[in-house]
Amino acid sequence: MPFINFSKDEIQCKIVYYGAGFCGKTTNLQYVFNQMNEESRGKMVSIDTRGDRTLFFDFLSLNLGKIRGFDIRVQLYTVPGQVHYDATRKLVLKGVDGVVFVADSLKVQRKKNIESLINLAKNLAEKGVSIRTIPLVIQYNKRDLGETDSELLPLEVLEKDLNSMLKVPSFPGSALKGTGVFETLREISKLVVKDVSRKIMLVDQQFK
Amino acid sequence: MNIIVTKEDLSKINFYLNKVVSASLAHSILLIDRSGQLITQYGNTLDIDVLSLSALTAANFGATAEIAKMLGEEEFTLLFHKGRSENVYFTAIGDHVILVTLFDDRTSLGLIRLRINQISGDLSNVLVSIFEGGRTVPLGEPERRS
Ligand SMILES: Nc1nc2c(ncn2[C@@H]2O[C@H](COP(=O)(O)OP(=O)(O)OP(=O)(O)O)[C@@H](O)[C@H]2O)c(=O)[nH]1
Ligand SMILES: [Mg+2]
Repeated sequence: MPFINFSKDEIQCKIVYYGAGFCGKTTNLQYVFNQMNEESRGKMVSIDTRGDRTLFFDFLSLNLGKIRGFDIRVQLYTVPGQVHYDATRKLVLKGVDGVVFVADSLKVQRKKNIESLINLAKNLAEKGVSIRTIPLVIQYNKRDLGETDSELLPLEVLEKDLNSMLKVPSFPGSALKGTGVFETLREISKLVVKDVSRKIMLVDQQFK
Repeated sequence: MNIIVTKEDLSKINFYLNKVVSASLAHSILLIDRSGQLITQYGNTLDIDVLSLSALTAANFGATAEIAKMLGEEEFTLLFHKGRSENVYFTAIGDHVILVTLFDDRTSLGLIRLRINQISGDLSNVLVSIFEGGRTVPLGEPERRS
């Protein structure tokens, strides 16, 4: 849930990067961390197994500047993608305001992507949140491995598998090279802030 | 759902946090919601990354609560980490909020717990009005995507 602090004129939102194990969620955050200047980002905290697979989450706090007089602060989290970490994924989803679903473009991961998206829908539903209404963006990651490569799923197939029902904004990208990373982040931030500011308009007369 | 904190709420909350800090010599207190968002901090936290601390605390608290459930407990009531000079004590206030008290050897866990117990009821009432007081705005139908 967005956290609106009228005493500091600040809004805090929580964005979670979701997706199957190894799809590139942590790499997305690392790229953002490395590119942002120090004034607008905090430290990156990772709870992982010896610097590799995410065990609990990665966390990165960003300051996105002012909208309608409010400082917008977003907190990015990743979940651990491996199937057996479902309990920790649920904990990370607590209070989520927006989701980036990172899909792995590798052919061998086709089924894993679909399973992970279903798992997301289920875990959101348990919290009373519908995947059809929460701000959501999909990223088709690892495109650097080559459009022509027979190992990669064509974008049309990925769209059909993952986005034919949801119809949310989607971006091809490479978290490793950095393409599509900020497009994805910008879009999800825009959707979340739009969602929140609609709510503020309804309350600022009441509470300011 | 969105959570709205007004200036008035914060001055009430800070009043209670001040009571604890000044009567126990704890050096700082953070108030965090269970999803990891920092609501307010009181006392001397200048050189700590409070946002990361909030995220880690909520996760730690959530994980510990799940462990308790697995063991058939509703929740562990005492969560305390002791270091060589710094200690941290976690207290759940109601269903939504965690109080994180940082203190050193100038004081004791016993005194901290006593002071928190003395204000937890009142503080909890303020928090209930924020989290459950119907202050979340009715949004009508959720926006559907085309
Ligand atoms: N070629 C290529 N490799 C990538 C890309 N993104 C991530 N990788 C690699 O994929 C592996 C897994 O990336 P992570 O970011 O750790 O994956 P994750 O989604 O966080 O995985 P879990 O923490 O297990 O859920 C690493 O070796 C990355 O270097 C990409 O865009 N292109
Ligand atoms: Mg990871």
